[in-house]
Amino acid sequence: MKVWPPFAATIFALVVWQSIVTATGVQKFILPGPALVAEAWWTNRLVIAEHTLVTLQEILLGMAIGTTLGIATALQLATSKTARTLIQPILVFTQALPVFALAPILTLWLGFGLWSKIAMAVLIIYFPVTSAFFDGLMRTPPGYLDLAKTMQASPSRILWQIRVPAALPNLGAGVRLAAVYAPIGAVIGEWVGASRGLGALMIMSNGRAKTDLMFAAMLTLGVLSVLLYLAAAKLTRRLGDRET
Amino acid sequence: MSMAPGITLKGSATIEGRQLFAPLSLTLDAGRWTCLLGGSGVGKTTVLRLLADLPTGAAFDGTIAATDELPVAERIAYMAQSDLLLPWASVEKNITLGARLRGQTGDAARLEHLLDRCGLQDHRHKKPTELSGGQRQRVALARTLMEDKPIILLDEPFSALDAQTRAAMQDLAVELLEGRTVMMVTHDPGEAARLGHAIHVMTATQLQAVTPPQSSVPRAVEALDTLTCQSALLKLLMEQVA
Repeated sequence: MKVWPPFAATIFALVVWQSIVTATGVQKFILPGPALVAEAWWTNRLVIAEHTLVTLQEILLGMAIGTTLGIATALQLATSKTARTLIQPILVFTQALPVFALAPILTLWLGFGLWSKIAMAVLIIYFPVTSAFFDGLMRTPPGYLDLAKTMQASPSRILWQIRVPAALPNLGAGVRLAAVYAPIGAVIGEWVGASRGLGALMIMSNGRAKTDLMFAAMLTLGVLSVLLYLAAAKLTRRLGDRET
Repeated sequence: MSMAPGITLKGSATIEGRQLFAPLSLTLDAGRWTCLLGGSGVGKTTVLRLLADLPTGAAFDGTIAATDELPVAERIAYMAQSDLLLPWASVEKNITLGARLRGQTGDAARLEHLLDRCGLQDHRHKKPTELSGGQRQRVALARTLMEDKPIILLDEPFSALDAQTRAAMQDLAVELLEGRTVMMVTHDPGEAARLGHAIHVMTATQLQAVTPPQSSVPRAVEALDTLTCQSALLKLLMEQVA
């Protein structure tokens, strides 16, 4: 990927942003210009770093737990018809509930600390991971299964030697989606009730009309999400051609 | 490998009540190549899949029996038109797939022998994507032979290859599969004329045996009797279309 087109686009966006601020003379607590935001970011860099680490921790733990649960569920669904008829409708139903609405109740149950945010991240990524991996497991090229049958393979060996490796690219796609969704889950959790984390910092700065700091925190979150996605993409690309 | 048996399939098949093939009787002679020739959709792949006990989507009314009266399906090795190589596994791991799927350790000496015979020593650690179409089919052939089964079922395995690679693969297959009972499904009259100790032309209504040339297989591509047989087979196929 070439570096300069996104770089040029960023510069362009900053110029437009500054022009709007200058042209309209909007007050800085409504919309601060990029220079003010950069200044707020630099002045508060230690505070932002501290909150970023909290959010990152929530995201990574949420991804680890959510992905593990998703993989386990997909394997269960793929190997048991009973599980498919029992769990699948419930799974779709829970996905139809707005996870956002659950944030207050999760905070009530799990407290203001880390775990209510991790639970949010887990809830938001569980379905995409499960569904992507499950799809992959159910779409093994039929020729592979024919071949395995003529070789007198047992269902469990067919699963681990053929169906799982063949579905790894799908799992990779699920994990990449999870990297995009997990930060959203963590930050929603922080909005509802937290004293630490980028979401909490955004709420606090907003409440004190420190709009420049709120923007600084938001942009940090954006950069963090992009970096997470790129890391997930790099890690999962290796899933595609892994040797078993 | 145990002694290769002869096999007889007798019966008819229907798909949702519609007849796929009429009652037929197909005999595969022990240790010989039988070619089943026919156009698309006449059920020749179904016959092969019935022998392999693979899902066919058709209801089969009939019997499959071996001359030694032992079960057939567990003594077959299968090779399809698509090489079915696992893209994430090396050539070596693809060849020894059967052993891994049964939880056994593959026969290392046999692997070396087959890598030599199929000209794959230099490619053993490569992934399938790094190989040409011909090389990939050689890996698939080696995987089939690694199974060391007395009955070999080939479903148009060389049809996607270019003409010269296909001819080379036919020679290699005859050499390496010697002594086994082979059934090859094909739509290529030239292939049947080169390889069949017995040739059957399959249509929806009947199975017609065609006497192949007397010469030993693989028959020379330029030999007159091969070419005569090839054109006779093609003519038969064309008459069925008309």
